[in-house]
Amino acid sequence: MDHGSPRIDAVRATLSVFTDSLKYLVDMPSGLINQASEATSTYSTLKKDNEILREEQFINKTRLLKFDALEKENIRLRALLENSFKLGEQVLIAELISINMAPFEHIVVVNKGTRFGVHPQQPVLDANGVVGQVFRALPFTAEIMLITDPSHAIPVQVNRNGLLTIALGSGQLNRLNLPYLPANADIQPGDLLITSGLGGTFPAGYPVAVVDNFNPADSKSFINVTATPKALLDRNRELLIVWGNKAPVQLLKDQTTDLKAPEVNKHE
Amino acid sequence: MNNYTGFGRIFFTLVLAMCLRIVPWPSAVATINPDWVLLALIYWTLAIPERVGIFYAWTFGLLVDVLTGRLLGQYALAYSLVIYLCLMLHKRLRQFPLPQQGMFIFFCLLLSQFLLFLIKNLQQPGEFPATFWLPVFTGTLCWPLIFTLLRFVRRSRIFK
Repeated sequence: MDHGSPRIDAVRATLSVFTDSLKYLVDMPSGLINQASEATSTYSTLKKDNEILREEQFINKTRLLKFDALEKENIRLRALLENSFKLGEQVLIAELISINMAPFEHIVVVNKGTRFGVHPQQPVLDANGVVGQVFRALPFTAEIMLITDPSHAIPVQVNRNGLLTIALGSGQLNRLNLPYLPANADIQPGDLLITSGLGGTFPAGYPVAVVDNFNPADSKSFINVTATPKALLDRNRELLIVWGNKAPVQLLKDQTTDLKAPEVNKHE
Repeated sequence: MNNYTGFGRIFFTLVLAMCLRIVPWPSAVATINPDWVLLALIYWTLAIPERVGIFYAWTFGLLVDVLTGRLLGQYALAYSLVIYLCLMLHKRLRQFPLPQQGMFIFFCLLLSQFLLFLIKNLQQPGEFPATFWLPVFTGTLCWPLIFTLLRFVRRSRIFK
């Protein structure tokens, strides 16, 4: 994606120390407004938020209990199929810097860079789904290309039946295009698209988008399907940068081997 | 009377112009956001050509490349070419009234945008929306404002 040679990256990193400080400077007013609104929120709203969050956490925790068991079952089943299984990711929370890099491109800037070990082509998620990938990492900031950027493509599969395809960015924040589907493909409006893990950039199994309504065209060999991203691309301030665990979980030697799934732990 | 313009003032206006480039405008404004850095560079070149020239253009071009995440050197090249033209013609341009200067600025901005267009097309050919050229027009309209403002900055004693 980046046409610059790696030797130039050092120059860019050096110059970015100055330009990144400008980015933080421009971001400051909106950050201050956020802080001010947080500081002036009343006790009752805080209490309400707290209650909602506690409830959410309770539900998520109970779901995770089940997830643990499912994960182990999955590894066992994979082992029966003599198939390796990758899981376990580390995440880092990064905050958006509200600046506008260039029109016509869906690239956002976050406040974590190579100082935190961020490197290009890392997947970026939010609480609802896949946001994009790290496009360029500078010492203090990282540029993230959203999945809706016109030059971005993400390999996906339909969660219902495992149908594989590629979702291209459309240049609109609420739409992805799926141009490579034959007219008889088994896809329906409302289908959830998840990452397929092919291509190696995005880990498998994260929700990407939901298929929109479309008109099946009988006369054409390909259908025009669009999908709406699950992630709140224009409303998020916090994003998760993911480190995939490249080493696959070992196959079971025998049934008594203790399966220890790597934990999802946070840097911060 | 001391007419010397300190480096601090030039630097400050150029940094301010760089900030204006990346302010999170609403998307309608972002598409017409003119190239403030180039406008400021043109002003300083016309005002004090013996001090601000291609070196400034090249340096701030590189910084804008990094700032906006472009291929390193594309703004540097565009700015240097435009500033070279301004340096060649600065004696004549100073005599022009503002509207006539505006015409020249229009061609400068058009040249810079055209170079960026060419470089972008070399990297990855694709369709460009017509709005890509809008900053050229808004930049031209902003020139009288920039000119008056920066002349005030250059002449006023407040900043000394």
